[in-house]
Amino acid sequence: MPERASSYAAEVDWAFNFVFWISVFFFALIVILTVVFAIKYRRRPGVEADNSITHNTKLEVFWSVVPLGLVIVIFWFGFSGFVDMRTFPKDAMVVKVHAKMWSWSFEYPNGVESTTLHVPLGQKVKLRMDSSDVLHSFWVPAFRVKQDVVPGRYTYLWFEAIKTGTFRVLCTEYCGTGHSTMLSAVEVQSPEAFKAWMAEESSGKNLSPVERGKKVFSLKGCAGCHTVTKDRKKLVGPGLYGIFGHEVTLAGGKKVLADENYLRESILDPNAKVVNGFPPIMSLIPLKDKELDGVIEYLKSLKD
Amino acid sequence: MTSIPMPEEGTLTTKPVVDETNYLKSAYGIKSWLLTQDHKRIAIMYMIGIGIAFLLGGLFALAVRLELWTPTKTIVEAATYNKLFTLHGAIMTFLVLVPSIPAILGNFVLPMMLGAKDVAFPKLNLLSFYLWLLGAIGFVVVLFAGDLDTGWTFYAPYSIRTQTAVALAATGAFILGFSSILTGLNFMVTIHKMRAKTMGWFRMPLLLWGLYATSVIQIVATPVIGITVGMLFLEKLFHIGFFDPKLGGDPVLFEHFFWFYSHPVVYVMILPAMGVISEIITAMSRKHIFGYTFIAFSSIAIALFGFLVWGHHMFVSGQSSLMSTIFSLLTFSVSIPSAIKVFNWLATMYKGSISLAPPMLFAMGFLFLFGIGGLTGLFLGTLNTDVHLHDTYFIVAHFHYTMMGSALIGLIGGLFFYWPKIFGRMYSHLLGTISFILIFVGFNLTFIPQFLMGSMGMPRRYYNYPPEFQAYHQWSTVGSFVLAAGLFTALWCFIHSLFRGEKAPDNPWGAVTLDWKTSSPPHHHNFDIVPPVTDPYDMDDVYWDEESKGYISRSQQAALQELAAGVSGTQEKNS
Repeated sequence: MPERASSYAAEVDWAFNFVFWISVFFFALIVILTVVFAIKYRRRPGVEADNSITHNTKLEVFWSVVPLGLVIVIFWFGFSGFVDMRTFPKDAMVVKVHAKMWSWSFEYPNGVESTTLHVPLGQKVKLRMDSSDVLHSFWVPAFRVKQDVVPGRYTYLWFEAIKTGTFRVLCTEYCGTGHSTMLSAVEVQSPEAFKAWMAEESSGKNLSPVERGKKVFSLKGCAGCHTVTKDRKKLVGPGLYGIFGHEVTLAGGKKVLADENYLRESILDPNAKVVNGFPPIMSLIPLKDKELDGVIEYLKSLKD
Repeated sequence: MTSIPMPEEGTLTTKPVVDETNYLKSAYGIKSWLLTQDHKRIAIMYMIGIGIAFLLGGLFALAVRLELWTPTKTIVEAATYNKLFTLHGAIMTFLVLVPSIPAILGNFVLPMMLGAKDVAFPKLNLLSFYLWLLGAIGFVVVLFAGDLDTGWTFYAPYSIRTQTAVALAATGAFILGFSSILTGLNFMVTIHKMRAKTMGWFRMPLLLWGLYATSVIQIVATPVIGITVGMLFLEKLFHIGFFDPKLGGDPVLFEHFFWFYSHPVVYVMILPAMGVISEIITAMSRKHIFGYTFIAFSSIAIALFGFLVWGHHMFVSGQSSLMSTIFSLLTFSVSIPSAIKVFNWLATMYKGSISLAPPMLFAMGFLFLFGIGGLTGLFLGTLNTDVHLHDTYFIVAHFHYTMMGSALIGLIGGLFFYWPKIFGRMYSHLLGTISFILIFVGFNLTFIPQFLMGSMGMPRRYYNYPPEFQAYHQWSTVGSFVLAAGLFTALWCFIHSLFRGEKAPDNPWGAVTLDWKTSSPPHHHNFDIVPPVTDPYDMDDVYWDEESKGYISRSQQAALQELAAGVSGTQEKNS
């Protein structure tokens, strides 16, 4: 099991180990008996099987009831641990989690957004999660928590981090081509460091349009499908470096100039003009006018 | 147009001899196979068809394993990788594992075990096969024309959004569902109506209890997957709003529908395998099965409980915590009948006279692999550990141990067991043993690393993965190739047997059930004279005959002598 970084990781591991040792016992029993019988009672000339034994009700009831008792105990440990996971504390900080193909973004009570989840050590955190497209699932192995994110409703989970550090966030519900790149991280910081980070994030109000666009590009998960590096590497969507002012070939062979209006249309109505060789699968990402302007300025800035 | 006159069948140089005492020779020509109503020939057609599907699904698995050799791109792009694991899962589940044992071994031995000439509805049986074939062709078309990238689970709303051939694949699954329902219906009626006169329910071989329980599931659960994929089809084409939240649908509803079938269907795979194992262990240990009634009823119990546990696939799906709790509790109830079976099999081996021929090796391998598969299920039925392990490689390893390690090992062991009966040829025990060792080692090498990395944080269906898991993935890939080598060795062993195998005795293992009391291969109509029904595990009924190198049934011999005496008696009277 990975390192333990949440309040109930220890409890989960305890249940895991309990089941593990019960399993080891029964598995050893089965394998040892199979091997011993196969050797001891192997077929030898002149030795017949003892066919007087056909059943033994007492014994059979015994080996039905004992496992029954054990699994009820196992159920109980799992259940009581599950109750802890599902009983939401009243004093938790609520962070909204937005999942989409193929990125995570996190929105804090004061409106600050980030692409990695920052939480203070020892603070109970409740996540309210939503998805704008398909099923996703939020998993932090180090916290032993997982919850599907379902479009059309909110799902929740909570945790309390007990260790500072960076822990992996993975999507565990298959969601298409970029499923395995739908990663993020939880940064568990000391309360002071968290406060400092939050202050810095919320201060940056006067960004230039390009800076604003760059931030939106990252927060809204655009980078999940589009690269902005000079090599114009293709992911699911076309690379965007140097696109402004150049001609692009659309599906069907038509060519258009990528001017500001083309970029605007492609953001607001993604499947109106699809670039040749790419699937028409981009979903609409709602942007405020200022954000839209920023993204277009940012895309224009991507050039030599 | 001019038509070229074709030579009529049988007018070629040598006319094959029609032999009613051997179903393989009772008729010749391609038509005698394709239009046959003989359950034995249908079984062989399934064997070939399912074999080809298995090869295809297996090649996809190897491609998946190769891609995972490195943490980033190895041989294919992400989109292709997603199609590979989807087709691997869909083919293995719908085309291979669901039909496997019932369609191949069940078809072959079920009527013979009952002392019947055929199944109750032979034409329906043939129809089942052609529906299977149609569904299989559907999947092949998907493969070449449209692709499929949803995972075999078709979860909405991804399956509604994706551009790939979901509608076609759903149609294929729908048709395959009917094949499965009709087979189940046929078997159930046959078991009810066509048992030999003196065969009460508790004189039936345990494989038949397994197949009967399977039929119940096939008949009750399969229509639900039919409805589910039907709804998905309509949703995809007409945007009705069953599952798509954009149209007011609920994706979690799809999961409920899907698992209502797809959990019980795991027992469609495993119950017949358990039946086969019961037959193999008792025959190869030369010992009466231990606790017949407990094993028989545990099959029924598994079938019934199996319907009540589907929600354990959905502990983190967003279903209510109360439901998850209830499903967890019910899930543990299924573990008990499985445990009972394992202990009873072990007790059957106790004080036996155990032969280590290939069928028994596979049966013992089954105990080992099913042991792991079953016990790792405990981690997943437990609520809080499942939250961590859900949708990781731990699950992948777990269901491969149960579905492949148990169901498929049961099928292969069953083939080694019934092969002499089916084709009248023995096979090389050495090749059989080598194939077992390779399969067993390869299997564990493939999937044990997956348990480890799953619990450490490796999600399933990942094209790229964190580099710390690379060593585990590489072990797993090596294992999968060893496994493949073992499977090809088994195939070679079987093909070698067809051409070079010694002629098989009627009863090489000393089994007591009726299917072993006819010739190998059986008569076209299974029996000349239906042998008397005995306790199916009364080992005193059979004794070793050095001359024929096989076992002979005392009760059958006595009955034949009596009959001969009776016939000669009447002749004397008449003269």
